[in-house]
Amino acid sequence: MMPSNLLQIAAPELILAIGALALLVLGAFRGNRSTLLVSILAGLVLIGAAAAAAVAPLGPIFRGGFVSDEVSRFSKVAIYLMSSVALLLGERWLNRLRAGQFEYPVLILLAALGMGMMVSAGDLISLYIGVELQSLALYVLTAFRRDDGKASEAALKYFVLGALSSGILLYGASLIYGFAGSTRFVDIAHAVHTTAAPVVLIGLVFLACGLAFKVSAAPFHMWTPDVYEGAPTPVVAFIAAAPKLAAMVLFARALLEGFPDAIDQWRQVIMTIALISMAVGALAGLVQKNLKRLLAYSSILNIGYALMALSTGTQLGLQAMLVFMVLYMIDSTGAFATLAALSRDGKPMETVGDFAGLSQERPTLAIVLTVLSLSLLGLPPLSGFWGKFYVFKAALAAGQWQIAVFGLVASVPAAFYYLRIIKTMWFDAPAGRTDTPAPDAQAVAVAAGLWSLPLVLVGLAFLDPLAALAARAFGLS
Amino acid sequence: MDLLAIAFYLLALVACVSAFMVVIARNPVHSVLFLILTFFSSAGLFVLLGAEFLAMLLVVVYVGAVAVLFLFVVMMLDVDFGSLRQGFVRYLPAGGVVALVLVVEMSLVAAAIAGKNATLRAPSTNGVSNVEQIGRVLYTDYFYFFQAAGMVLLVAMIGAIVLTLRHKPGVKRQDIAAQTARTEASGLRLTKPATGQGISE
Amino acid sequence: MAAFLLQYLPIVIMLAIAGVIALALMGAAWLFAPSRPDPEKISAYECGFNAFDDARMKFDVRFYLVSILFIIFDLEVAFLFPWAVSLMHLPHPAQVFAFWSMMGFLGVLTVGFIYEWKKGALEWE
Repeated sequence: MMPSNLLQIAAPELILAIGALALLVLGAFRGNRSTLLVSILAGLVLIGAAAAAAVAPLGPIFRGGFVSDEVSRFSKVAIYLMSSVALLLGERWLNRLRAGQFEYPVLILLAALGMGMMVSAGDLISLYIGVELQSLALYVLTAFRRDDGKASEAALKYFVLGALSSGILLYGASLIYGFAGSTRFVDIAHAVHTTAAPVVLIGLVFLACGLAFKVSAAPFHMWTPDVYEGAPTPVVAFIAAAPKLAAMVLFARALLEGFPDAIDQWRQVIMTIALISMAVGALAGLVQKNLKRLLAYSSILNIGYALMALSTGTQLGLQAMLVFMVLYMIDSTGAFATLAALSRDGKPMETVGDFAGLSQERPTLAIVLTVLSLSLLGLPPLSGFWGKFYVFKAALAAGQWQIAVFGLVASVPAAFYYLRIIKTMWFDAPAGRTDTPAPDAQAVAVAAGLWSLPLVLVGLAFLDPLAALAARAFGLS
Repeated sequence: MDLLAIAFYLLALVACVSAFMVVIARNPVHSVLFLILTFFSSAGLFVLLGAEFLAMLLVVVYVGAVAVLFLFVVMMLDVDFGSLRQGFVRYLPAGGVVALVLVVEMSLVAAAIAGKNATLRAPSTNGVSNVEQIGRVLYTDYFYFFQAAGMVLLVAMIGAIVLTLRHKPGVKRQDIAAQTARTEASGLRLTKPATGQGISE
Repeated sequence: MAAFLLQYLPIVIMLAIAGVIALALMGAAWLFAPSRPDPEKISAYECGFNAFDDARMKFDVRFYLVSILFIIFDLEVAFLFPWAVSLMHLPHPAQVFAFWSMMGFLGVLTVGFIYEWKKGALEWE
């Protein structure tokens, strides 16, 4: 019934699940005194899971419900490592606010487990359960500072809209199941290959809408700015990075494995979503005063680029999407780490005005934020440029030059809001003294900044072949 | 079979009307009661399809637990019902458009299925009950999904506790372990106070 | 199919009788009972003095916690039904597997239960 190497294939998720359960019991018995211990152990569990994912054998298990292939391997390593960064950021940050609880690392582990299930989903049911596991943990993390009205509001919005999108996703999945008679992507692809009835296309559109919500692509982005603004900064750093990659990979897998023959139909949907996301992300970001909201629109814009790569449906496009998402994750985590590091009189600095003259007060962080902004803007030779380079190359290779031109145009207004941050930091009069930056968050920010400029040139030499190998998994042209 | 059709239309009608009433009822308590009626009629529809287990789940979980929780929230929460109704007319057009889109899509689906001359494929029971059919595959073939569902329930449990549990300071609790672990030495102190002086704590 | 549905006939009959009785009682009250309301009669009665405020008040969130935890265990029990019914009818290797499959599921929930217990979520202060 099951292949003999089942335990090895499922090892990363088993490590996460058992680790989360064990740490939950440990925390329950030791109370909040053990928060630091639980965090350290959770970090080790995540690194162990990443290592297990890197060497896990390939193949489908559980009747195709769980697929281990090069894509899942690549993204799992990235996701688990990024989750451990969120752990590092959050633990100290919450501790400083006396809001530290041992559930934080446990929830991060469970969210990572959900993301691992998402990138390995070979079935509509595992798709849904993975998404739910990840989302539920994220809703709770958003409201983790429960005495904070803004955080509660953000979590409630996130939860209600997330439940709605889950409903849409399920509705689409049920239509697809009704048409194909199976929930497995392979069987769905077979059924679609024979006839692509309008029913299954409606189901496909619903499914795409539900997933677009999870990657916060416009017009399903309404929750993003509010959640980014309200949630604790380290949690936002987490939400903005790993779950996005997981959802994009899930998106790619559902479309490329489940509907390879309906590519002409879903390409239009994805392209439309990508265009709207780029337009909304670029234009709405212009009027934002709050830096977290601004970064939310920046993430919508960047998801637009990732969707543009996905819409090509080619191997090159998938590779571009993976490279782009990994580079974007690092940039975005660095930017949020900078925000987490800075405070003034114990209050977090969030508006653009708060950053006036930061270069005189905190030159290191100002340089880091400048580098990251320029990278997000796409200035060569920073990491953001390389991500976009891959995406545009893939789009042009697939003959989609219209959308590539649109993407370039969209980066012009976006450049304006990144440059505004830089101008405020370097040329405006200082807005007052800031507190000593938190060393842990500053270290993460500096690491991301270093990656963004010199290290990416070396890192890309490793990232490129790995992503190329991963992209070959779907057997695309 | 005519009786079956009558039962179906009756239940479907009640489900639709009460679902509509959930939205338009002025009193939220009535909304929840209509919601319960909707659940019951849907359970009846499931029975007509032969899905007894789902019908039972709907009654046990949704009516028995979820709807009661809703009632609880609606009746006890300090909600200003007047302000809740505000904006109903303002959001009506947008909601109407969404509803219209859904109706069009569903009729497309229905038309596509009717065009294929499809018939209702009730699960072949051949003497095995619905519950047992589910049981035969859920714990073996669908092992992975079953365990994953357990993890989702665990996250829900952690979430509920993290978000709502708070201990009031200064509440005295019975600690049975501490009680029974008391010894003569820890629980008793013999003193010899001088007459008329007493002892201080 | 029809034979299967006939099993539900008693429930339908019971629902019909219940409905008729309920409607009859309500109808009778509406028809025969005198109803002459005045403002004093229909105002809230609070033991001789005027009502202080609305009957709706904020409730301790603890009540919700208990009911949410109840729903989670309710769902867990729902998974037990098909297991209990089908376990003995499965072929032997699958039976062992199904048994341990449920034990794993219950194990996860037991960990949750231990957590709940140690956190004091089940205690009433």
